[in-house]
Amino acid sequence: MTTPSRLTRRLAAGGALTALALSVTGCFGSSKGGANDNPNADVTITFWHGWSAPSEVAAIQATIDGFEKKYPNVHVKAVGNITDDKINQALRAGGPNAPDVVSSFTTDNVGEFCTSHAFVDLNPFMKKSGVDPVKVFPAAQREYTQFEGNQCALPLLSDAYGLYYNKADFKAAGITSPPKTYSEFDADAVKLTKMSGDTYSQLGFMPLYHGYESTITHFAAQASPTYFTSDGKSNVANDPPLASTYEWQKALVGKLGGYARLDKYRTTFGDEFSNNNPFMTGQVAMAMDGEWRGGMIDDSNSKVDYGVAPFPVPDDQADQYGKGYITGTIVGIASTSQKQNAAWEFVQYLTTDTDAVVNFANAIHNVPSTNAALASPKLDQSPAFQTFIKIAQNQYSNTTPSSPNGGAYQLTLQNLGYAYESGKQTDLQAGLEEAAHTIDTDIAQAQ
Amino acid sequence: MKGAVASGTRPRATPELRARKRRELVRNLAFLSPWLLGTGLFFLYPLVTTVWLSFTHYDGFTSPVWTGVDNWHYVLHEYSFFWPALRNTLWFVVVIVSLRIVVGLVLGMTVISVKRGSSVFRTLFYAPYLAPPVAATLAFVFLLNPGTGPVNSVLGKLGLPQPGWFNDPAWSKPALALLAVWGVGDLMVIFMAALLDVPRELYEAAELDGAGSLRRFRHVTLPTLRPILGFAAITGVIAMMQYYTEPLVAGQVASGQIGGSGQQVEPGYPAGSTLTLPQLVYNLGFQRFDIGAACVVAVVLFVLSMVFAAFLMRRGSVFLGVGE
Repeated sequence: MTTPSRLTRRLAAGGALTALALSVTGCFGSSKGGANDNPNADVTITFWHGWSAPSEVAAIQATIDGFEKKYPNVHVKAVGNITDDKINQALRAGGPNAPDVVSSFTTDNVGEFCTSHAFVDLNPFMKKSGVDPVKVFPAAQREYTQFEGNQCALPLLSDAYGLYYNKADFKAAGITSPPKTYSEFDADAVKLTKMSGDTYSQLGFMPLYHGYESTITHFAAQASPTYFTSDGKSNVANDPPLASTYEWQKALVGKLGGYARLDKYRTTFGDEFSNNNPFMTGQVAMAMDGEWRGGMIDDSNSKVDYGVAPFPVPDDQADQYGKGYITGTIVGIASTSQKQNAAWEFVQYLTTDTDAVVNFANAIHNVPSTNAALASPKLDQSPAFQTFIKIAQNQYSNTTPSSPNGGAYQLTLQNLGYAYESGKQTDLQAGLEEAAHTIDTDIAQAQ
Repeated sequence: MKGAVASGTRPRATPELRARKRRELVRNLAFLSPWLLGTGLFFLYPLVTTVWLSFTHYDGFTSPVWTGVDNWHYVLHEYSFFWPALRNTLWFVVVIVSLRIVVGLVLGMTVISVKRGSSVFRTLFYAPYLAPPVAATLAFVFLLNPGTGPVNSVLGKLGLPQPGWFNDPAWSKPALALLAVWGVGDLMVIFMAALLDVPRELYEAAELDGAGSLRRFRHVTLPTLRPILGFAAITGVIAMMQYYTEPLVAGQVASGQIGGSGQQVEPGYPAGSTLTLPQLVYNLGFQRFDIGAACVVAVVLFVLSMVFAAFLMRRGSVFLGVGE
């Protein structure tokens, strides 16, 4: 027979786990806001953002100052260094301390914010203010800030991905210009690779999917994949550009020495966002990276003499050379906000005021997110930065579409990449079909 | 009296007696109220809510919607990370708990048997336990880095194989076990205290009976330590059921994919070998906002910990020799 004290001890053994359960369950619902506030009233709105470096905080504060000068009745209380975890908790909790305007560094959660109505649909606000998103924002930026027509966020600066190359290494290898197609790129990567015993003294390019920005979705953008069908189902098992990207990467892994050797070499790399980044230390001669890398190199003590160019494209898409992967920071209005009209004035200023966008882009070395700002003569005119501006303006540049369960589908594709490059998965088509099933099941579960 | 009970007639309580019993009940409940409140609020409510939410679709923004067993079907049949995470968690429970108990006991016995400088060894072995988990894990990932780590450099110079450690699915769990055993100082101290409490007369009597050191250990030390062994096993199982920080940090740092704010990152690098159930709770609940499915994993964790605790307590009669 179980005595009460014994039972208590048994129950106590699971107490800590119950605390875990409590953490999962301790958040129910949220209060609803509305757009009935007077936009001319003297109000203070709260703006959460993720910037934390002193220069970045100063830059966003300068933008806020510009807004407050233009709209003296709206005051902005900025709260920096906010992560998406905090955003999610605050959006659920609501209350007087919750933010009115929220920005996030990742586009992955836009689908989630739209379908759950955590962010309000900005279409009515844009219509009221005469903002035509098709004219104002480039296609990729519009794509990653909406889900199924619900424009629940707007782009607040962008990131464009291109090819960084070491000019000295190119010269030593007799390479006169950056590669434009995959076949040229593969040949250059092999030429730039120098062996030292069973490892490398220099690697032309790190193709492994763990090689920092060398992810499957970044590579695949060069082939313009279609991740979802028009009815929202996964298209990855029927998309030749995606399959060919996996195959190209796998072939390049073989040409550069094989998975095991490359993976061991990868473990010698320093942190991606430090001065020990392998491109900055000269361990690799070429790298796929965003526009921010140039600023990091310029601000560091790295001796690397670098050049930038659009990342190469598949040989059969040579006419689309110049495109690249686009992502960026997004901003939206919390549905719990009681000051949505005032919040919209701020969001509109942040995302569509050309001078504000250009100044902010110049200050933090990001790509602007409106067509007008991309064409502005006030933008940083350095050749490296302008290369990324052109990538962002390229009509074939593309992004990863929003999904109701965040970036889960990208993770599924990346996991297939790990398995395929390492040889654990040998049948690519079977892997893609399994990935498609997983993506569809995960999305169905989320809805 | 027996006849009265058998015939179903009972002496009727007077109103005064009933009032007194009511007062006693209220008084007893009042004395118990802190425990009742705490248990209800912090144990029963979250437990019942977690079970209920596991049968709902709930994203934290909108009200939960009853979906029956859909979440359970999804997690058990469709969510590809669940079974690998369960297997890994059980591996950690069995291997790490056993290793920590054995090593903690051996260290405790060794340190108390040292005649001179035992305090130095005690401090040396205990100090790693004080290291913050994230810092300790980062240090181990650095030390065991296959490309630049000093451990593999030494192994290479000795002509020994150089494992991939946190970068190799076959070695990542043993590497985490090594990290867990390195921080075994807490158990060592507890075992030392227990060992010093074993009556010396028992050892002397056993020695007079001709028992060697192994038999003395088996028939004197172990039975005396049984409650402590039980404590170490049960708290170890619970800790391993919540094993989150070390595998997460090791996997992310070794993979190089730290991920930005809000970005989902590959769980359980390399190849899912360090994925544990608590990581799934976070992934589902706070990255995919699928709180219903996260609750399924939380309930599985709860049931598993109950089963382990019940098994250990029944089989070992461990706490204070209950059942002896």
